[in-house]
Parts: sequence; structure tokens; C-alpha cells
Amino acid sequence: MSSVATRKPLTVQLALSAFMIIWLIAAAFPFFWTLWGSFKVELDFFSIADWTNAIFGRNTEATFGSPFTGAGYEGAWVQEEFWRNVFNTFIVCLFVVCTSLTIGTLGGYALSRSGFKYVFWLLIIALIFRAMPQITLVSGYLPVFFHWNIWGYLPTAIIVLVAINQPFTLWMLHSFFESIPKELDESAKVDGCTQFQAFRYVIIPVMWPGVITTGLFSFLLAYNDFAVTALVLQESNRTMIPAIAAFLGTTQTEGNVMFAVAAVVSATAPLFVLVMFFQRQIVSGLTAGAVKG
Amino acid sequence: MKKTFALAGMAGLLASTAMAVATLPASADGHIAGCPDSGRISIVGNEFPAIQTIGAGAMACAEAGADVSTNLTSEHQTINIPGMQGNPAEYTSAIVANSSIVGLINEDVIRPLDDLIAEHGDGIQQNQLITINGQVMAVAFMANAQHLVYRADILEEAGLDVPTTYEEMLAAAEAIRAAGIVENPVGGAYAAGWNLAQEFNNMFLGFGGSHFEAGTAEPNVNSEAGVQALEMMKALSEYMNPDFLTHDSNTTNAEFRAGNVALMNMWGSRAATLVDAEGVPQEVIDGFAIAGPMTVGGGDVPASTLWWDGWTVAANISDEDAEATFLALKRAIAPSILEDEDTAIQAVWLIDGYEPTPAAEGVFAAAQSGTIPYPMLPYMGLLHTALGNELADFMQGRETAEQALADVEAAYVAAAREQGFLQ
Amino acid sequence: MKHSTFFWFFAPTGLAMLIFIAAPIASVLVQSVFTPHEPVIIEAENCGPFGCTTETTIDQDATQALRDAEPLGRFRGFDIYFDRGHLAVAEVAEAWRTSDSLGAFFGELGDLPFYRAMAFTLTYTFVCTPALIALGFVIAISVNALHRSLRGLAIFFSLLPMIVTPLVGSLILFWMIDSRGVLGTFIQYLADDPDLSIKASTPLMWIALIIYGIWSSAPFAFVVFYAGLQTVPQDTIESAKIDGASRWEQIRYIIIPHLMPLVTFVALIQLMDNFKVFEPILGFTAQAHAQSLSWIIFNDLSGETRQLSAAAATSVMTIVCVAILLSPVLIRTWRDFRGRAR
Repeated sequence: MSSVATRKPLTVQLALSAFMIIWLIAAAFPFFWTLWGSFKVELDFFSIADWTNAIFGRNTEATFGSPFTGAGYEGAWVQEEFWRNVFNTFIVCLFVVCTSLTIGTLGGYALSRSGFKYVFWLLIIALIFRAMPQITLVSGYLPVFFHWNIWGYLPTAIIVLVAINQPFTLWMLHSFFESIPKELDESAKVDGCTQFQAFRYVIIPVMWPGVITTGLFSFLLAYNDFAVTALVLQESNRTMIPAIAAFLGTTQTEGNVMFAVAAVVSATAPLFVLVMFFQRQIVSGLTAGAVKG
Repeated sequence: MKKTFALAGMAGLLASTAMAVATLPASADGHIAGCPDSGRISIVGNEFPAIQTIGAGAMACAEAGADVSTNLTSEHQTINIPGMQGNPAEYTSAIVANSSIVGLINEDVIRPLDDLIAEHGDGIQQNQLITINGQVMAVAFMANAQHLVYRADILEEAGLDVPTTYEEMLAAAEAIRAAGIVENPVGGAYAAGWNLAQEFNNMFLGFGGSHFEAGTAEPNVNSEAGVQALEMMKALSEYMNPDFLTHDSNTTNAEFRAGNVALMNMWGSRAATLVDAEGVPQEVIDGFAIAGPMTVGGGDVPASTLWWDGWTVAANISDEDAEATFLALKRAIAPSILEDEDTAIQAVWLIDGYEPTPAAEGVFAAAQSGTIPYPMLPYMGLLHTALGNELADFMQGRETAEQALADVEAAYVAAAREQGFLQ
Repeated sequence: MKHSTFFWFFAPTGLAMLIFIAAPIASVLVQSVFTPHEPVIIEAENCGPFGCTTETTIDQDATQALRDAEPLGRFRGFDIYFDRGHLAVAEVAEAWRTSDSLGAFFGELGDLPFYRAMAFTLTYTFVCTPALIALGFVIAISVNALHRSLRGLAIFFSLLPMIVTPLVGSLILFWMIDSRGVLGTFIQYLADDPDLSIKASTPLMWIALIIYGIWSSAPFAFVVFYAGLQTVPQDTIESAKIDGASRWEQIRYIIIPHLMPLVTFVALIQLMDNFKVFEPILGFTAQAHAQSLSWIIFNDLSGETRQLSAAAATSVMTIVCVAILLSPVLIRTWRDFRGRAR
């Protein structure tokens, strides 16, 4: 499979390379700037006095005797015990991805294998569900959750995140299953399998690329969520993003911005590993999925 | 189990508090003086250090046998009403301020404390009791107000006295700019939204305005005082960083720490730690000074508002839990917590035996000079929201003051009709 | 597939959506036509640390009686939808009568929260969505042109804007575009204007928000398109080359049609997400310059007195607007579906 573009003439190659360099700088520069700044004191990071302070860390040097300091990291991880939030995020993500994929796979498979009209309407309704602003959904949950006494627990947040993300998961997986030839499970059924057995023994072995891609998007949703976790979890078990927001402070509270910056950088590190690990699957998954509108 | 670690995350911040708690007498059988030995105590509140201290004080009662938990979060205002509406309520207490108690009273989720005060009220001072229509609804523990924060060294360099009126502040700002000391010498939390509305409230009250027609929910901000207040804010903004509509109190403080601001109206609760951050230049630390709130337009009422923070007890809980909550919180604001130095400077405490620290001067001056408390009216929150949304157009020069205030009233009336305050 | 089999496969996900999305939507619908009872207001003396004042307060017993009588509140029909905070029917009619010109009329409209929010939301949606699709496409082509060994790294960096949480990503950029920040200084240098401040200017703030929107969502389009590029049939390309098709013609007539279903998918998701733009406005503290429907909902819910009915009505209007926005795509999908089902 030689690429479409490998035999392009020099000018096109150069133009594409130049574009690539500009894009990569635009994509990665803010992150590297933050990474560099996370080892400075707040005044240098904001560099209100002189923007070059953010590079050379003059105030940091005046305070700590060196242009670099780990004070933000120490504050976030040791003093504020950010690892508890990391742990909560890990639990939430793990269960959101697993639950979401399990029920989403079953649903998406059924949608792709049933030709009745209601399938279309179910997909449309799912899409309309996705249009509902999350913040309204969550504020609607609160009285009910308090009434049932299930507010403030990780499983509650997990179920809510799974449900909110189902429309996207269904659409994605439905399109993916559409691209797996129907003949595969039809022939299994002819051989005497039930629909579930056909799914279990014929479809599951070939579905992983699409499932992993969908799972990655589910993971990102749970990992980056603020609206749900900030309101459904409490201070003692909140996840990373609400904790970072708390570091930033409010009208009544002086935040500690450098804790937040260090935490932001720390929060991105596991994603690096994840993307590096799964990048091949993301692409191959979507390839196989060839999502159709 | 979820509740056990409630405050562990704050361990470092609260090392001082833990010490204060440890000094309280505890006997071998787990009985701690003043603590209830049974009952459920669950507190929701904001997360600033003084409230963390109160939360930790109540948590100490867990060892005495009570079931104690706290949830101190910046989202408290969204959570507290749903969390107290159930029966039994998830939260037995909400820590609120004079603006936010109104929401709880409107929804009728907190109970009158008169019987508990009669039984256990010793040690709580009369002026800590928040009485509404003759019933005690909350116990205040700290006060707050916005007042002048300035750079003494810059004023001295420019040969200026400390301003006592906003007109003097404008003149001082002009002199400082003209002398080329600081380009934008005035700071202020003018971020569109809650902050901008609050600055308007200050100025409006300073000009002698009152937000509503007496005894009704009819708005009264589109008045001469309202226009004057906006004109003064506009005049001040000429001496501010051009981005002032995005500067909340945190950003404004950061500007001050960077040495870009010489004069600002800032919350008293921030004064104690304003220049404590790492890397603040020495001249800012040395020049930092505070004074009482300023007056405006020749009035004698300062252009500021007084605030208190206090705790409440939920209505939908058993009497036993209510008593336990009352006792634990009363113990958390016992005069003995002030023995710890770090705790003593966390706030302007309303607790018996509190000695004002230098950082509390501004708030005390505000209280003594007759500053008006932030109005505790059922519909004030709606007007505050409307002000926050509609004033930015005027500050950017897109509208006249009268037009902006007419918009505020129209937005407020729509909201008040929805809530049933107006027909 | 039989109806019963379908039911059991679909039941778990259907149930989750029914409980956690459909039920709240139903309650939001109810909430948007009912408002709280008119509280009984009395004057009372309130005392505190700063003395006593005469203020108004709510007579709880009298109000409770009203609430018990009709727990849902007052039925108001579509009143809330038509009030000033939403469609502002009366105000729009008034503006139409009193304005001399269309420009003046639109000026008046821009003063009403709903129309102000729609102006930004629609601009944002219709600039961001095509731009990010185009950018994502070009990135995909460029990454595909890279040497195999470099592709992994390029994919990884290209994904960065998407994987940093929007709340924090927008904050970081907000700090950078400050007039003293690194990007702000750079832009001042480019514009040769030392007083230029993005945060103080409405047009520049809109541009900053839109650029942020494109920047943060382009990676999504990129991933989808890059995957699609891997499945372009090579033999078609080869035969096109033999027929003398130029590089542009190959893209125009082979690659783009091949990616069309993916474009529809990305457009569907991004139109919806861009219409619900919220976090960037919060992160950029941009409410003085730009507001969106989602931001209005947030603002109604986060005040000291929560305006639940107002927020509910805005939420319903959001859903309706999204449905209208997506209808062309949905009609297309319906045709596809019928075509396939036969």
C-alpha cells in the first residue's frame, strides 16, 4: 500500500512539509509553553511585567535561586494530594470505557443488523439526545440523586457519563458494524447459531479496531469531563478536572495557579502514553469502520 | 467510607488547623469537650481557608462518635439547595453568606435556630446571630468588605495622600500616570458578570441609591444614582488595564503583585495573604498598604458593602441531627480556635476574643463608617445577575448609561416575573 | 433480525438513554412551561453583625400553602419562551415598529440576550465547522505524505489540541493571548501596535474564540479523514494517473468523493458541538464580548437565585435549533437508509 502522496513532485512535497511544520507548531506550542512555564513561579508564568520572564524565569531565580522550581508539582502532588484525583479519574475512565463499550457494542450491532424503520428513528432520537446541553441534564439529576441518596458516589458519575456518551458511541459503532459484511453472521445463523452466538463467535473477533477507536473517544470524554464530575462528585472523591478548577480559585478564594498548571501538565502525561500506545489502533479502527453519515 | 477522607486532601493547608484542634481537650474514652457523641453532621460550603478551618473543627467531632462529613467545594451554591431539599436532607448544614442565604430561605430548607440558641447558645455573641423576621436563621463567624488597597511607596513618590473618595482616587490615578510611574494605576475586579455587578452595587450605594422601590420587588437602578455610578466606573476604567472586563478579583490581585497597580478596591479577606505568593518583588511587599473603603459623590456612606459568612442548619432533618450539627459547628467557631496564629489571620472573625490584625483594618473601617450590608432580599440575586449581564455594553461604550440601566431593569423584570416576585 | 432479538440487544443502551437523557428532557419540557409560585412577600426586620434593617422576606407558611396546592408551580404555557430572556416577542415587535432602518432594528435585536447569543453562536458554528473540516483534511493529506517513520510522531502532536481538556486548553491560550503574554506580544509586533489588546476588543475576541474552536476540533476531523485515506483504492488512483489526471484532479474526483461519508459524519458531530459552544467562553472570560445559548443556560443556573424555568426553556430551544441545523444532513441520511433497507 504505497501512499497516494509519496510520488509527488518537489514543490508539492515542500508545500506540504511547510504546512506540516506550521501545524505541528500550532498544535504543540501551547503545550510546550505550559510545560516550560510549570517550572516557574506564578509571576513568571503570567509574565505580566515582561513576557521574556516566562522564558528566563527571573522572579523564579530571585525566589528559589534557580530559574526552575518544582514547587507547583510539589504543591499539587504532595500538599494537595492530587494523586487521589488521578486515582478517581482512573477508576471513572476504566468503568466508563468498559460499560460504554459493552452496551454500545450490543446496541450498535443490533442497529446495524435490523432493517426496520424504527432503527432510523432510534438513531435520529439518539442524535437529538446528544443535542441536550449537559449542564441542563446534570442540574436535572441533582434533586433526584439527592432524593435517592446516590449523589456523590463514583458509580453514579460513571453511569451518567456512560449514558450521556451513548448517542455518540452508538452512531460510531453502528457505522462500524455496517462495514462488516452481513454475510458473516448470516452464514453463521444458517449453520444454526442464534443471533447472539453469531455475534459472540463471528463478530466479536473482527470488531476490535472499531471498538478501540470508539473506546478512545469514550475515554477522552470521561477524562476531560467537568460538567458532570464537578456537580455529581464531592470534594473527597472528585476527579482531576474539577480538582484543577478548584486550584484556580473563585471570587472568594485565591487560587494557586501554579498548582493548576503543574496539574494540567501532569494530567496530560498519561494521555501521551495512551495515544502513543493506541495510535495505530485509532487509525486502523476508523479505517475498518469507514464511518458513514 | 467516602466521607472518611473528606479533608485529607487539605492536610497540608490545614496543618495549622489540625494543631489548633489538637489543643482542645480530649479525654481517653473518645469524648471531646463540646462535641455531640452521636448524630449525623454533614456540611456543604465554599472552600476558602476560613471555611476549611470550620470544616476541620466540625470533623474533629467524628472521634467523639458523631457521623461527620464535609463537602467544601466552589460548586456549593449549585449543590446546597438540592442537597437540602430531600427528606432527610443530605446536608445538615450549609455555610453561606448574606447573598446566598436568600436562596435557602426562598426554598425554605433551613430551620430557625432559636430553640437551639436558647439551650446551647452560650459563647455565641448576640451580633453573630442573623435574625430574619424575628427568627435566628444563621450564625455568622466572619465578616468581609471591599476596601482600598494601595501602594504606599507609589503614592509617596507622586506626593499624594491616601485617597478617601473615588474623586481623589481619580486625581491620584491621573497624577501617577502623568508622573510616568505606572501606566494603568487603577485596578478593579471589573470582569463582566458577578464581579462587575458587585462593583456597580458598591458605587450605586455610595451615591445613595437603593436597588428596589421600598417594600416591593420593583427595580430602581435606572435612576440618577445609577447613572452617576456608571459614569464613575467608566471614568475609573480609563485608568485600568484595557482588558478590565476580563479581570476578576484573582487577576486583579495578580496585577497588583506584578507591580502594575497602585490603587484598587479589593476584598478584605484577601488582604492578609495578598503579597505572600512566591516571587513578588520586594517593593510591592514593602509598599502594600490598606485603608477603609472610599466614599463617592460627596456622600458619607462608603461605596462598598458589608458581608458575613455563617452557618445554617437544615430544616428536613431530625431534631437530634440538628442539635448535633449545631453543637459541632458551635465548637468549630469556639474562641479557642483563634489561639492558632494562622487561623487568626485567615479572616475577620466575628468570634468573641478576636483581636483585629493589621490585615483586618480595612473591614473594620468599613463596618465603623456605616457601610451598608449587601441587601438580603429574596430577589437581589436576580438583579445581580441582570446587572452582570447588561452593564458590559456600557463599559465598552456601546450604550448610554440610561440604555444599559433600562436593559438591566428589563432583564430583571423578566426574571422576577418567572420567579413570581412581579406580576 | 427479529424484533425480540433486537429488543434484547438494544435494551441496555436504550434503558440508559431513557433514564438519563429522555427522562430529564421530559422534565425539562415540563419545567419550561411551569414557573414557581408567586411567593407571599412580607416586610420584616432583619438583624445581623452590622445592625438591623427593614427588608422584605418570604412568608414561608403562606407560600408553602400555595406550593402544596399545586406542586408543579404556575402553568404559564409558552410565556417563558416568549419573554425578554428568550424569544422576546414583544421587544422584537416594538423594535420593528420604532426602528427607522434595518440596521437600527438589528442593533436593537443585538441588545436582547437570545439574539445576541444566536449572532455569536451561528457565526462560530458556520465559520468553525467548514474551516476545521478543511484544516483536518489538509493535515490528513500532509501526514499521509510524510515518511512512514515520521507519521507516528506527527499523529501524536496533531492530536494534542483535542486531548487537552477544553476548560484548561482555553485557559492556557487565554493566558498566552494576554497583551503581555507571548502570543499577545507577538501579535502586537506583527500589527505594529503596542496598545493592541485582544481581550479588550469584541471582533478580536470573536476571532480568538473561532481560532481556538478550529484549533481544538481540527484533530478530530484529521483522525477520521486520515483513517479514510488509508482505504482509498489504489487501483483507481493508478488508472486515473494513466488517464493523465493531475494531482488536483485525483483529489477532486477520487479522494474527496471517497471521504464524503466521513465528511458528513464529522459535519454532523461538529455542527452540534459548535452550536453548543460553552467552555471557550468561560475559559476566555469572554462573556462581555460573546455569549452562546449554552452560556445563557449556565448563567441562569449559576446565579444566587437559580432560574430553572428560564434555563429549561433555553435548553429546549437549543434542541430545536440543533434539529433544524442538522435537518439537511438528517434528510440525506434518511434517503441513504431507505436506499439500503430495500
